[in-house]
Amino acid sequence: MPTKTTTSDGYLPNMAMSKDKAPPRPSPKVSDEIRQTTCYMCACRCGINVHMQDGKVKYIEGNKDHPVNKGVLCAKGSAGIMQHYAPSRLKAPMKRVGPRGSGEFKEISWDEAYEIAAGWLGPIRETAPEKLAFFTGRDQSQSFTSLWAQAFGTPNYAAHGGFCSVNMAAAGIYTMGGAFWEFGQPDWDRTKLFMIFGVAEDHDSNPIKIGLGKLKERGARVIGVNPIRSGYNAIADDWVGITPGTDGLFIMALIHELLKAGQIDLNYLTRYTNAGFLVNCAESGPDAGLFLRDKNGTAQVLDQSTGKPAPYDGKAIKPKLTGHFRKAGDTYRPAFELLAEAYMSDTYAPEAVEERCGIAAKRIRAIAADLARVAFEEEIVINQPWTDWKGEKHDQMIGRPVSFHAMRGISAHSNGFQTCRALHILQILLGSVEVPGGFRFKPPYPKPPEAHPKPHAGHAPGQPLDGPHLGYPLGPEHLLLDDAGNPKRIDKAFSWENPMSVHGLMHMVISNAHAGVPYKIDTLFMYMANMAWNSSMNTSSVIEMLTDTDENGDYVIPHIIYSDAYSSETVAYSDLILPDTTYLERHDCISLLDRPICEAEAVADAIRWPVVEPDRNVKGFQSALCDLGAKLGLPGFVNEDGSQKYADYADYIVSHERRPGVGPLAGFRGDGSESGRGAPNPEQLDKYIKNGGFWSEHLPEDAQFYKPWNQGYQDWAVKIGLFDKAAPYVFNLYLEPLRKMQLAAEGYGDRQPPEHLREQLKKAMTPLPHWYAPFEQELVSDDDYPLHALTQRPMHMYHSWGSQNAWLRQITGVNKLFVPSGVWEEHGFEDGDWAYVTSPHGRIKAPVARMDGVNGKTLWTWNAIGKKRGAWALSEDAQEATEGFLLNHLINELLPPKGDGLRWANSDPITGQAAWFDLRVRIEKAPKAGPSEPTHKAQKSPVGTGPKNVTYGDKF
Amino acid sequence: MHPAPSIILFTTLSGLGFGLLAFLGLGLPPVTGWVAFVFFFLANALAVGGLLASVTHLANPKNAIKAFREWRSSWLSREGVLAVASLLVMGVFAVALVFFDIRLRTVGALGALLSLATVFTTSMIYTQLKTVPRWNEWTTPPIFMLHALGGGALLAGQPRLAAILLIALGLLMMWAWIKGDEKSLAGTTMETATGLGRIGKMRLLEPPHSGQNYLLKEMAYEVGRKHAQKLRILSLLLGYALPAALMLLFTVHHLTALIAIIAHLIGVAAGRWLFFAEAAHVQRLYYGK
Amino acid sequence: MTSLPQSTEKKLGLVIDLDTCVGCHACVVSCKEWNTSNYGSALSDVDAYGPEPQGTFLNRVHSFEAQPESGCSQTVHFPKSCLHCEDAPCVTVCPTGASYKREEDGIVLVNEADCMGCGLCAWSCPYGARELDQIFGVMKKCTLCVDRIYNENIPEEDRVPSCVRTCPAGARHFGDLGDPDSDVSRLVASRDGMDLMPEMGTKPVNKYLPPRLKDVPSDAALEATHKTPEGLFAWLDKALEKL
Ligand SMILES: Nc1nc2c(c(=O)[nH]1)N[C@H]1C(S)=C(S)[C@@H](COP(=O)(O)OP(=O)(O)OC[C@H]3O[C@@H](n4cnc5c(=O)[nH]c(N)nc54)[C@H](O)[C@@H]3O)O[C@H]1N2
Ligand SMILES: Nc1nc2c(c(=O)[nH]1)N[C@H]1C(S)=C(S)[C@@H](COP(=O)(O)OP(=O)(O)OC[C@H]3O[C@@H](n4cnc5c(=O)[nH]c(N)nc54)[C@H](O)[C@@H]3O)O[C@H]1N2
Ligand code: SF4
Ligand code: SF4
Ligand code: SF4
Ligand code: SF4
Ligand code: SF4
Ligand SMILES: [Mo]
Repeated sequence: MPTKTTTSDGYLPNMAMSKDKAPPRPSPKVSDEIRQTTCYMCACRCGINVHMQDGKVKYIEGNKDHPVNKGVLCAKGSAGIMQHYAPSRLKAPMKRVGPRGSGEFKEISWDEAYEIAAGWLGPIRETAPEKLAFFTGRDQSQSFTSLWAQAFGTPNYAAHGGFCSVNMAAAGIYTMGGAFWEFGQPDWDRTKLFMIFGVAEDHDSNPIKIGLGKLKERGARVIGVNPIRSGYNAIADDWVGITPGTDGLFIMALIHELLKAGQIDLNYLTRYTNAGFLVNCAESGPDAGLFLRDKNGTAQVLDQSTGKPAPYDGKAIKPKLTGHFRKAGDTYRPAFELLAEAYMSDTYAPEAVEERCGIAAKRIRAIAADLARVAFEEEIVINQPWTDWKGEKHDQMIGRPVSFHAMRGISAHSNGFQTCRALHILQILLGSVEVPGGFRFKPPYPKPPEAHPKPHAGHAPGQPLDGPHLGYPLGPEHLLLDDAGNPKRIDKAFSWENPMSVHGLMHMVISNAHAGVPYKIDTLFMYMANMAWNSSMNTSSVIEMLTDTDENGDYVIPHIIYSDAYSSETVAYSDLILPDTTYLERHDCISLLDRPICEAEAVADAIRWPVVEPDRNVKGFQSALCDLGAKLGLPGFVNEDGSQKYADYADYIVSHERRPGVGPLAGFRGDGSESGRGAPNPEQLDKYIKNGGFWSEHLPEDAQFYKPWNQGYQDWAVKIGLFDKAAPYVFNLYLEPLRKMQLAAEGYGDRQPPEHLREQLKKAMTPLPHWYAPFEQELVSDDDYPLHALTQRPMHMYHSWGSQNAWLRQITGVNKLFVPSGVWEEHGFEDGDWAYVTSPHGRIKAPVARMDGVNGKTLWTWNAIGKKRGAWALSEDAQEATEGFLLNHLINELLPPKGDGLRWANSDPITGQAAWFDLRVRIEKAPKAGPSEPTHKAQKSPVGTGPKNVTYGDKF
Repeated sequence: MHPAPSIILFTTLSGLGFGLLAFLGLGLPPVTGWVAFVFFFLANALAVGGLLASVTHLANPKNAIKAFREWRSSWLSREGVLAVASLLVMGVFAVALVFFDIRLRTVGALGALLSLATVFTTSMIYTQLKTVPRWNEWTTPPIFMLHALGGGALLAGQPRLAAILLIALGLLMMWAWIKGDEKSLAGTTMETATGLGRIGKMRLLEPPHSGQNYLLKEMAYEVGRKHAQKLRILSLLLGYALPAALMLLFTVHHLTALIAIIAHLIGVAAGRWLFFAEAAHVQRLYYGK
Repeated sequence: MTSLPQSTEKKLGLVIDLDTCVGCHACVVSCKEWNTSNYGSALSDVDAYGPEPQGTFLNRVHSFEAQPESGCSQTVHFPKSCLHCEDAPCVTVCPTGASYKREEDGIVLVNEADCMGCGLCAWSCPYGARELDQIFGVMKKCTLCVDRIYNENIPEEDRVPSCVRTCPAGARHFGDLGDPDSDVSRLVASRDGMDLMPEMGTKPVNKYLPPRLKDVPSDAALEATHKTPEGLFAWLDKALEKL
């Protein structure tokens, strides 16, 4: 029997050695040393104290000083020890020796790996750089990976946002310069009524839990809108079990009620939004629906004092929200009038939506009344003077203590962009954005669409790309189309199929590359994304595409390079593996150039550093890109003499400058005392390490709220380097760029969409959000597929990585399909039963369990528990492979055929967001017992399988 | 509860062994010499064998020796102390009887008392557990005692007494089964377990872990109702009815005795299996069972 | 000595707020990682990467649905570890004296040097709070992080159990439930804190705060003062002038 070998001062009974009970006040030594870094068991980026003993990780706890998690840690974070020592860790670079999918590999040296990669990439860069598609998954180094891709010259770069939550991000930026998650947060300390839509877990994992805890402590009210009552919705005071895909209707019905009662914040609307902008109300014509602008291009409002048009940003100008103005035969009306007419119509009356939403009209009314009451009758005031962008001084900050949060539940639908917009419009009408008690941005947000770059795809042999890949199109002129009107990108981002696809469309890359549409590629280079499994819609067909061969017997997608840290499913489908380190073994930066760790009241960024040195032949992926970039001679990655510019990622983090004085890390610049701007500081990483792995600085008190219109904030942001000159703006209730796309669909302008897309564009791209039924829902009949099927993230698992973790997989090693009690009884299900679930795209077999607290038409399961046999160093009969299952086999990146000979994307028509949650299914009883279906042939594990037993901690 | 073979073996065999020892201590049958040796050997083999089986149930047997310490509070400890005491006292009695042909009556009586007390302590280990309502009943000690006495009488060649005791035991077993079925978890419910009866009826949505663990294996054992009924009948017939009938209706000779004893053993083992398998522990409520 | 102390100087324990617990299992894993490398033997995991993984955990989170007489069911996440009972049956049944309740603070502990792994204490616990480690053969249970709460090598504000320190939602509270003026006692008093299975007579020290009343139907509705957009606009003009 193994026994502990160490007893330290005052320590406790050790089985072998001590015969004594614990001393009354035991005070054992906890560890030799604490190393502070940033967790990466998920994308939340909490600060951690890693306790080291005898050179090993003994205990991980939250860092109390850290802005994100303030000391707490989630289950994944605590399980980091088991991730770091997972037997599934890749050990060395590998090249494939068996067929794709077999898992047969040979370990090679890094030099050979670079040779192979350069052998594929070098020639295409010289001839057709677009033949490289470089896509990254849960990347926290996008400002670096995109720089690399830009230097390479391929237009085909994006991270995974397109299938994740781009609707949320895009709708937020376009409407108000920032969305939920990293862009902002509720004012947890002051809000009195909090509504949360479609969230199981969120990226902001710990902050939301901390926030909910604060609300509970204060007895503030929480309303959860979600088809499923679990997690956050379990503790909500009121649960609204909405029918999937109908949130837009519900929100517009709330707006309907508020407008009819005049319960809106007029002062806020006139000052901080485009409610007063004059809109051309012609029935048709090239300017119909566009704003009236002066010769400088400044939008015009009707000034309250003169009743005449005036530039909206004029100093003493107070816009009217009603009235009209005629010019050159056209009538112009304030956007607000159009908005009021749209939402006061009977279409959005509670009675008109109750059935489709599955929420009683009376309930909708009551929620609207509560929102109005708390916003306007429980107003809060902070006595903090501030100055607005027009120079007006205010003595107080007035708060509307209602706040909202939403995530993929409203965004992962084909009507998600407009639903997210509707939610922002509701927030804005209540005057609850950037005010005390409401929703607050986290620097570097807010940042309106105009302040973001435009997308670029100008490529030429041997040349870098002509600008950043991704950005915010403001009209057809910014789409990435070639002269024939075809998409320039392999994922068809920024094309008429999805003009505002601001995060790219990673979920379309493999199927487009396989189909050779819009063109064929040579090398697919992926990082940290399990695209051969849980990341793809319709996993089985993606597996076929990855292994499909042409008439010569060559793979249709010729080369696949992949960087993973673990033996995932996707490793088996790749040709060349660049093994990454674990998060405790590498340098990283969580940068203001990317998605930093800021809080509403503080700007902050953070690093990771090797708290443990790798014990295998692995390398941080970004360091590998530094090497590979130099080997390929990419501009920015070599010095003038052709030598390698950045020795590794740490070197890049410290020495790279994006703009003079602005680098990846904002803290401790120059001589170590400068923040935001300053010369590179070679000691910077040490300073971060000494400071606990992060840097943060508080916003001045007068800059805490009203950020887009607050002179104090704007000046501070310039000082710290977030932008170079003050850039106040107003919120877009009415979204003109959408109207511009719509105008093109109506036939105006020289960039015209293809005929088959005109109707879709006209219908979807409305400048004020309207609700339309999710596409797949429209296409299938309720009789064939009467139910919705959803997934939720378990709070203790991160996608596919959790299952390799000896501790976490014990909590959820098998996922069940939860069936609402009505359906359960109708089909006569019993405990232990299995079911077939069929969608228009496939059939799965899965174990079922009953649930009462769920929308009566909705099945659901935990996401990404099912595993392929042989993956993750688990035994081939691991329960995740035999009983666990994926819903992904039922989903498809294309809609079922409509009969028009075309295959339409199962995506939001505005952003291209994958519509995971539009899925419709039917269920029937299956023979009891597994295995779950479909079954896949096992892959060989290139790293062996894990040991039988684990006794971690025994030796401490 | 998990019907662990080691525990079934232990309670079955040692009960029988101590029962026989009790009779031997009282001078029944009045054997001496080698016959006595055989009887004592059998009794000790059963008692000690059972005890050894119970040690294999321990996950950390090297500390078994410490089990004698807490006799003031722990029934399990008392059982250990009494088991050893009865074996020692009966050892003295047996040695005197077998080798010196001396019948130390008071020692024998004391040994008999200790043997029965041992069985009683065993029964109390189960009876004391409020967490297992089926065991936490007045019937448990008499059932254990009657097993020891009835089986002991059978082995000790006391047909009439054995028959009466076994019939009584059979009846008591039936009573305990019926009462046990009625009692179920004795008013402890998922509502009291969670304290949430104030909201309404509780059901398990999801267990805390998707696989097995020690608690589920040990304490959430479930046995099918039909299966249990069959075993109950088997146990009644073989364990009590058949031996009693054989004892009453036939002249007892070695063969009938052997049949009766084997039947009894099988029946008791089946009953003991049920004793564990049917015993529901309240903590299963947290698993929705 | 496995007799229970007549009384204890303190009654240290946990208060768990079921109105706040989101069921994230953070406390479960934090407990595992602290305890596997601290008090006593490690908490082992058997068949860790195979078909039937099962390991020792001292704290587990169950999920229930509660069905009120009318209306929809409520989901309750329910963390559970040792309740450090005043009348702890697990202590009195222990034959070796390994299980004991401390006089100074009421913590129930297992002295692993004495435990023979008979499992009887686990049988006697109504709450399923003890797990016999399958590799080390000794009984494991929540120690109330006795090696943290007094530990002078830990900053004072962190001298709380690992699960309490980590709980992101702040649903776990630690303190002296024997002192009626302590924060935890006040919390219990104000939120109607309750015992689990009071009928077992174990007198648990740990208390649970029940979920607050949910889904209370409301008749509130806004008065539709403006039936049409025109009506709204007319009002708006005046309202704006007043601003
Ligand atoms: N623990 C953990 N944390 C994670 C992750 C993880 O894997 N594990 N993944 C990270 C990633 S990549 C992401 S994108 C985020 C996503 O975080 P979430 O947005 O919380 O993602 P999901 O788990 O997909 O939850 C979607 C929720 O929306 C609900 N829903 C579905 N359809 C509708 C609808 O029509 N209306 C409404 N109102 N609700 C609906 C579902 O019931 C579910 O509760 O989480 C991040 N955080
Ligand atoms: N049915 C259904 N499917 C979904 C979703 C859903 O809600 N329902 N959600 C979708 C969403 S929003 C997302 S974001 C995706 C997420 O899906 P993925 O992006 O596939 O996420 P993971 O499974 O986390 O896979 C990431 C890969 O990164 C690897 N990895 C982990 N750590 C490291 C590291 O340090 N370095 C490197 N190089 N690799 C590492 C892992 O081993 C894994 O192979 O899933 C999508 N799939
Ligand atoms: S939420 Fe959890 S896993 Fe994610 S970074 Fe924070 S501690 Fe790590
Ligand atoms: S950590 Fe807190 S919120 Fe999470 S399960 Fe435990 S008690 Fe509940
Ligand atoms: S909860 Fe169980 S283990 Fe803890 S003191 Fe009470 S009876 Fe003993
Ligand atoms: S398992 Fe150990 S602690 Fe429990 S009763 Fe037996 S000896 Fe005592
Ligand atoms: S108090 Fe310590 S031992 Fe007990 S459940 Fe919490 S973390 Fe685990
Ligand atoms: Mo995502």
